[in-house]
Amino acid sequence: MAGEKYILHTEHLERHFQVGIEVVKALKGVTFSVEPGEFLTIMGSSGSGKTTLLNILGCLDKPTGGTYLLDGVEISGLSRNDLARLRNHKIGFVFQSYNLLPRTTALENVELPLLYNAEISTHERKERAIKALEAVKLGDRLDHTPNQLSGGQQQRVAIARALVNEPVMILADEATGNLDSRTSYEIMALFQELNQVDKKTIVFVTHEPDIAAFSSRTVFLRDGKVLKDTFNNDIKSAREALDNLPPADDY
Amino acid sequence: MSIFNLLRIALKALQRNKLRAFLTMLGIIIGVAAVIAMVAIGQGSKQSIQDQLSSMGSNMITIRPSSNISPGGGARLDASSLQTLTLDDVKAIQKQATYISSISPAVSSKGQAINGAFNWPTTIQGVTPGYLEIRDWKTKQGVVFSDEDGTSAAKVCLIGQTVYENLFSPGDDPIGKIIRFNRIPFKIIGLLAEKGENAFGQDQDDIIIAPFATVQKRLLAITYIQNIYAAALNENVTEQATAEISSILRKTHKLKDTDDDDFMVRTQAELINTFSSTSQLLTVLLTAIAAISLLVGGIGIMNIMYVSVTERTKEIGLRMSIGARGIDILLQFLTEAILISITGGILGVLLGISTAKLITIFLKWPTLVSESSIILSFAVCTITGVFFGYYPALKASRLDPIEALRYE
Ligand SMILES: Nc1ncnc2c1ncn2[C@@H]1O[C@H](COP(=O)(O)OP(=O)(O)OP(=O)(O)O)[C@@H](O)[C@H]1O
Ligand SMILES: [Mg+2]
Repeated sequence: MAGEKYILHTEHLERHFQVGIEVVKALKGVTFSVEPGEFLTIMGSSGSGKTTLLNILGCLDKPTGGTYLLDGVEISGLSRNDLARLRNHKIGFVFQSYNLLPRTTALENVELPLLYNAEISTHERKERAIKALEAVKLGDRLDHTPNQLSGGQQQRVAIARALVNEPVMILADEATGNLDSRTSYEIMALFQELNQVDKKTIVFVTHEPDIAAFSSRTVFLRDGKVLKDTFNNDIKSAREALDNLPPADDY
Repeated sequence: MSIFNLLRIALKALQRNKLRAFLTMLGIIIGVAAVIAMVAIGQGSKQSIQDQLSSMGSNMITIRPSSNISPGGGARLDASSLQTLTLDDVKAIQKQATYISSISPAVSSKGQAINGAFNWPTTIQGVTPGYLEIRDWKTKQGVVFSDEDGTSAAKVCLIGQTVYENLFSPGDDPIGKIIRFNRIPFKIIGLLAEKGENAFGQDQDDIIIAPFATVQKRLLAITYIQNIYAAALNENVTEQATAEISSILRKTHKLKDTDDDDFMVRTQAELINTFSSTSQLLTVLLTAIAAISLLVGGIGIMNIMYVSVTERTKEIGLRMSIGARGIDILLQFLTEAILISITGGILGVLLGISTAKLITIFLKWPTLVSESSIILSFAVCTITGVFFGYYPALKASRLDPIEALRYE
């Protein structure tokens, strides 16, 4: 079958929204594939359908037409519960607005996905959550609640939460959209490390070209269609970009 | 998700809004406390009425004369002046009835009892020793008169506690003393044990008991008898016993099939039933009021759960996006609702029991907290939680993850 070597494979993906009597066509036949270990950015102007596409890739939404294979599994035939299971086992989501539970510690926030995985014991849950937080360098902030953390730290908690279930791919929707450039680079350095060291597949939505420069490939969307699909031969290192930032920026 | 985790999540969610959780609970607390206290009052008064009635002898059957001539104008005769019952009736019942254990004729008279300087208006009751068995009445001191005392119309008597207190100085031994009742001297041979008030508030200890013939012949000088008391073998055969007595009396009175009874047979059980059906009605009414307040409490839970689901739409969306299934979300909110209602139920039971105790202490009303009312209100509470929590929880579980995440 076509999608076998791909972790993610779409063909003529369509998503139509019925708004009153009008039909909004957010995706009009999107076709592309992602191999394991790729770091893909999706770019495009506002309203081009990036979030809509990512929601379908993340099994939060189902396409109106076309096919989507995740890790070789056709999504359209699955029930709500099956989709929930896929989200829990194979996908890690990182949102622009972090979406951490308020008044809940970093540790408990990170433990959350594991609560919905019956195979994991209380003890293992805690251990893995601590490990994930240490991986995003927040080992010393376990008991802090979101309002006691900076934006960058909150996003790192969210990334730890996306990692804790050991997903095959991480989906991020403008994960650096609310952060200043230094913090954005820190987050991107983290993503690059996850991609290069831990071999995680990453799909990252952004509309900032300098963020896309850290990825290995960029898909450009326009008006619900793939406009361009380019490989990046000159992947920039976020770590270096961070070191090159003038200290004066650090006021 | 395991029950333990569900409880943890629900507890955390409630802790985040302690005051609101408590106010929601308040409806349930008041409802349950009301049920417990109301039922306790109802049961308590029922119990005390039953105790009082059975202190009059729970197997007791009373036979009174009655008029079988329909009043065609003119004054109806007072029951006590009717003369349809005789000692022959007593003998006939004694011989033929199979459902009764003892029987006694009775006549009574009001009068003045005098002991030296003391005097006291009271009632003298002329009966046979069987009467004390029927009433299950013991002597505190002395003995009961014998059958010979009855046949010889001996001038002996037993006195009740109230009569003793009013005719003797405290500590005096009444046994062997002579008192006068309507100028006839009676030798006291026994002091009756205390019985207290009966269900009608009469002092049962304000009485002198003497042999039947003594009162009938020496005091009243009549040939008929006023009442007959009998005891059924046990409480379960009182109906058979009354039917039997009626048919015996109809025979001895030679009544035709078309004639009405010229007597009345009443059982204590009937009285108990009348009283308990009134208090039953009271219990039902009180419980209905309490149940309504529980319903209102349940609606309170439902309302808050809806608010909570709306408020936490984003949280629901997030939980779904990281893998929570609909059932996980449903159980999470249901657990919260049940936790509220059960905690409210526990506090309500405690409050209800204390209220019942306080009512007994301060208002002196008898109360009886029954286990069944605790179990019932607890069950109702849990069901309330499940029922009123279910729809908000279902609504939460059916949210679309994307829309929920977008919700502001
Ligand atoms: N639930 C919905 N109902 C109706 N129309 C929708 C819905 N979601 C998205 N759309 C429409 O689909 C189109 C694509 O939206 P989408 O959110 O995917 O854009 P985007 O590329 O993520 O934009 P941005 O960069 O501003 O986030 C828009 O025209 C939008 O109005
Ligand atoms: Mg978007």
